[in-house]
Amino acid sequence: MTTATSHLDPALRAEALASLLAERGLIDQATVDSFIKAYEQSVGPMNGAKVVARAWTDPQYRARLLADGTTAIAELGFKGAQGEKIVVLENTPRLHHVVVCTLCSCYPWPVLGLPPSWYKDPSYRSRVVREPRQVLAEFGLVLGDDVQIKVFDSSSEVRYMVLPLRPPGTERLTEEELAALVTRDSMVGVAQVSGP
Amino acid sequence: MDGIHDVGGMQGFGHVLPLDAGPPFAQPWEGTAFALGLLAIRAAGANLHAFRHAIERVPPGEYLRGYYNRWLIGAQILLEDSGIVSAGQVSARAARLRGAAAGEPAPPEPHKPQMASGGAGNLRAIDRPRAFSVGDRVRVRDLHPAGHCRAPRYVRRRAGLVAAQGPGHVFPDSAAHFLGEDPQYVYSVEFDSRELWGPDAEPFSLTIDLFEPYLEPAT
Repeated sequence: MTTATSHLDPALRAEALASLLAERGLIDQATVDSFIKAYEQSVGPMNGAKVVARAWTDPQYRARLLADGTTAIAELGFKGAQGEKIVVLENTPRLHHVVVCTLCSCYPWPVLGLPPSWYKDPSYRSRVVREPRQVLAEFGLVLGDDVQIKVFDSSSEVRYMVLPLRPPGTERLTEEELAALVTRDSMVGVAQVSGP
Repeated sequence: MDGIHDVGGMQGFGHVLPLDAGPPFAQPWEGTAFALGLLAIRAAGANLHAFRHAIERVPPGEYLRGYYNRWLIGAQILLEDSGIVSAGQVSARAARLRGAAAGEPAPPEPHKPQMASGGAGNLRAIDRPRAFSVGDRVRVRDLHPAGHCRAPRYVRRRAGLVAAQGPGHVFPDSAAHFLGEDPQYVYSVEFDSRELWGPDAEPFSLTIDLFEPYLEPAT
């Protein structure tokens, strides 16, 4: 049985582990920094927003995206860790999808980056599979009774991303302007996209 | 294992957190912890499934202290399991970093796991027929595994419909313990909320990806 568990301040534990591994050449600071920088700067929901905006403006792309999300997303250059297979779930006026990982915090990194605090918290993970309508309302998304809810629990290496509804009044916006409207939360399914 | 990680359907965690738009790492140590988790998999000669299982073995009190805390302790458990570091070393190094003039134990003898890899990633072609088709009614077996398992408690013994056939995958229950990839088909199984939570449940459907060995035909 491990004894890894004696309580330590996590910042101190991180520093202690990093120094033990570094002095044996098992990690180097440049690699640590490159991982941090990648997810702080290059990989995040701005990637998924481009996918959504393309799907809203290009019907052929939308069809490809819904048929094979991984390949269509890779067309825009997004792939990598936690994106081996990405399935895109299309919201409609009568059907709303919401995604969770109850067992850990699986999340489609290439399109959404690292998961936010609320997604990783046991409150969301425990409740959205049991009372999704109530959870969505707590987040501020009140769905009509005529909207069917489908919850997806990510428990294999398949990752899910929601294609949200295009808001009304955005017919004249460019793809770039549309991408700026698309939020991380709408691509997990806990919010809708608002118009400009 | 029936651990603290398997929270689906538990009650008592309270209101969901606000939809914040903060940076990925709220504090610098969280970024270090994130990178250490990924690098520990490599340094320990482990895999993603073993890392998930290490996080599952973080004791409940520590698990609930936050995501990057459990991620970091999970990384340490992986490294201890492979004899790369010992808990005594980490405590002693932490004490020294705080200014104590403590000695440090010698590093342990590495004993990294050996498991043949079938290639990059976790999706695998499987050369045998599938047991289930779209539309089949299936029931999740009454599993009580001591080790890693990706069938949460809330779907065990429940019946649903196969909604889609997913790809062949490295089987987490085997790979997490370095027993081989043992690839298995995955199925998206859709459950009615009332099957999971009783007749008064909110109306909705729940879809979850389940590995073939977790399922049996429902009568």
